[in-house]
Amino acid sequence: MNSYLAYFTALLLIIMGIYAVIFKRNLIKIVIGVSLMESGVNLFLVALGYRQGGIAPIYTMAPRGHQMVLPTPQALTLTSIVIGLATTALMLTLSILLYKHYKTLDPTKIRGLMK
Amino acid sequence: MNIIDHAPALLVAIPLFTAFLYQFIYYITHKNIRYLATVALGINWILGISMAFHVFSSGPISYVFGASSPGLSLPSGYHFPIRIIFEADGMSAFMALIGTTVSFVGALYSESFAKRYSELSKYFSLLLLLTAGLLGMVLTGDLFNFFVFFEITSLASVTLAAYRTYRKESVEAGFKYMLISTVSSLLILVAVGILYGEYGALNIAKVASMIQYTLLDKVALALFVTSLAMKAGSVPMHFWTPDTYGEAPAPITAMLVSASQASLYGLFRVVFTLYGLKISTLTVGWIIIILGVLSMFIGVTMAIIQKDIKRLMAYHAISQTGYMLLGVGVGLATFGTDAFLKYGFTAMKGGIYHIINHAFYKGLLFLTAGAIFYRTKTRNLNEMGGLAHTMKYTTIFFMIGAAAIAGLPPFNGFASKLLIYESVFKFNPVLSIIAMMVSILTLASFVKVFYSAFLGPKRIKDGKEFKEVPPNMVIAMGILALLIVIFGIFPGFVINNIVEPTARALSSPLLYISTILGKM
Repeated sequence: MNSYLAYFTALLLIIMGIYAVIFKRNLIKIVIGVSLMESGVNLFLVALGYRQGGIAPIYTMAPRGHQMVLPTPQALTLTSIVIGLATTALMLTLSILLYKHYKTLDPTKIRGLMK
Repeated sequence: MNIIDHAPALLVAIPLFTAFLYQFIYYITHKNIRYLATVALGINWILGISMAFHVFSSGPISYVFGASSPGLSLPSGYHFPIRIIFEADGMSAFMALIGTTVSFVGALYSESFAKRYSELSKYFSLLLLLTAGLLGMVLTGDLFNFFVFFEITSLASVTLAAYRTYRKESVEAGFKYMLISTVSSLLILVAVGILYGEYGALNIAKVASMIQYTLLDKVALALFVTSLAMKAGSVPMHFWTPDTYGEAPAPITAMLVSASQASLYGLFRVVFTLYGLKISTLTVGWIIIILGVLSMFIGVTMAIIQKDIKRLMAYHAISQTGYMLLGVGVGLATFGTDAFLKYGFTAMKGGIYHIINHAFYKGLLFLTAGAIFYRTKTRNLNEMGGLAHTMKYTTIFFMIGAAAIAGLPPFNGFASKLLIYESVFKFNPVLSIIAMMVSILTLASFVKVFYSAFLGPKRIKDGKEFKEVPPNMVIAMGILALLIVIFGIFPGFVINNIVEPTARALSSPLLYISTILGKM
C-alpha cells in the first residue's frame, strides 16, 4: 500500500491542477494549477525510479551490495523542473501583460478576440 | 566523413547555434544582421533536401550522440541503446523537408516584414529556436527528447505569437496557446513516464520492440493521442487555432502550421511505430477518422462566416488538417488486412501528400495575408478591395494558393485530394462525399476573399496607392508558389520519389526498429 502512495499523490496533484486550469476564474490561479500539474508529473517520475531502501546512484561512492534508485527518472525530473520554470515564468509574464491591457485577471472578462 | 551521416544532428544544431550567435553579435555590435537567419536556414534547407533524398533512396539513417561513429547504436555487444539517438526514416526526413523549406521562406519573408518590430534580434533568435524545436521533434528517436523539443517549440512559438505585446489580442492568444501547449506537454510526459516505468527504456525503437498493449499502454496511448491531437489543432480542441494563427505575425503563422504538423507527425509516429506492432488498428483508425471528419466539417463551416482574413484562413487550416487525419486514419483502419494493399495504402499516400501540400499552400496563403496587412494595415475583408490593380504578384500568388487549397487542377491540392477521394470512397463512400463537400465550401469561401480583397475599384488610403511589397517578400512567396505549381504539374514524380517512400516508412514499424536494434 505504502509503495503506491506516491502515485496516488501524483495523480491527485495532476487532477487538482487540471481542475484549477478549467474552473478557476483567475489567471494567477490557472498558472498555479499548471504548476501543480508539473509537480504531480515530477513526483510521478521520481516515484517511478524509487526502490525501497535504495541509495543514491553514484557508482564510485556506493558501498557494495546495496541496490540503487534509478538515475534516469531523476535526470528526467531535473530537466522537467527547468522547463517548468521557463513555462511558469512565461505564463506569469503574459498574465502581467494581460492585466496591464484589460485591468482584470478574470479570463471571462478578457475577451478581446471574441468581438 | 560524409556530411549526410551527420545531417540529423546538424539540422537541429545549425539553427540552435545561429540563434545564440545572433544574440551574441547583437550584444557586441548592436547591429541586426537580418540575413544571418536566412543564410543559416538556407544552408539548413539544402541539408534537409539532400538528407531527405538520401533517406528516400537508401533507407533510414540514425545519429548516435557521443558514439565513435554516427550510426553505431549498439556498441560492442550491448543489447540496449544507451545513448541519445536521432533517427531519420522516410517520415522524419519528409517532415524535416517541410520544416526546413517553410522556415527558410519564413526567415526570408521576415527580413522585410518584421523590420518595424522593436527588439528585432529577439524575433530572429526565437524564429531560429522555433525551427530547431520543430526539426528536433521530427528527427528525434527518443521519447523524452520529443517532450523537450515539444517544449522548445511551444515556448518559442508562444513568445512569437504574442510578440506584438502592445496589442491586447496578441497577448491573449499567446496565453491561450501557452496553456494548451503546457497541458498537452505535461500529459505527454506522464505517458512517457508510464512507458518508462513499464519497459525501462526511452528509445522509441526499443520501446516499440517490447510493447505489449496492456491497460497501462492503452492509458499512455490515450494520453498521447489526446495531447498531440490537441496541439495539432484538430476538433474538439481547435479553439486556440484561429486566435493564435490570426494574431501571430504572418511568417510565424506559416511556421506555426509546420509546428502543428510536427505534432501531427508525433501522433502518426506513436500510433504507427511505437504501438505499430500491437495496436488494435480498427478502433484507433476510426477514432482518427472521426476526429478528421469533424475537423474538416466544423473548420470549413466556421471559416465561411469570418470577416478577418487570417482567422478565415486559420479555420481552413483546421479543416485541411482533417483531410490528413482522414487519409492516414483510413490507412490505419485497414492496416494489416488485404484492404490495406487495395486502397488503404493509397489513402495513406493521399494523407501524407496532403501534409506537404498543406504546408506549402497554407504557408503561401498566410504570407499573402501578411503582404496585404503590410500594405493596408487591416485584416478586415470589408475594408479591403481593388488590391489587384497595384499588388500584382501578391494577387497571382493568392490565386495559386486559393486554387490549390480548393483542390482545383493543375495545382497540388487537387492531386492529394483526388488520392484521398478515390481510396476513401472504397473504404466508406459517405466519408468521401463529406470530403468533397468540404472542398466545395472551401472554394466558395476563397472566392469570397478574392472578390472582396482583390477585385473592385482602386482604393486609396491617405492619398497613396497600395504598392507591391518589398522584393524579398515577393521572392519568399514565389518559392512556395513555384513549389505548389511543380507539385501540381508533376504529381507522379512527387508521389513516386517523395510520398511513396514516406508512406512505406510510416507503415513499416519493423524497419524503424531494426535500424537501431539490428535485425530481430
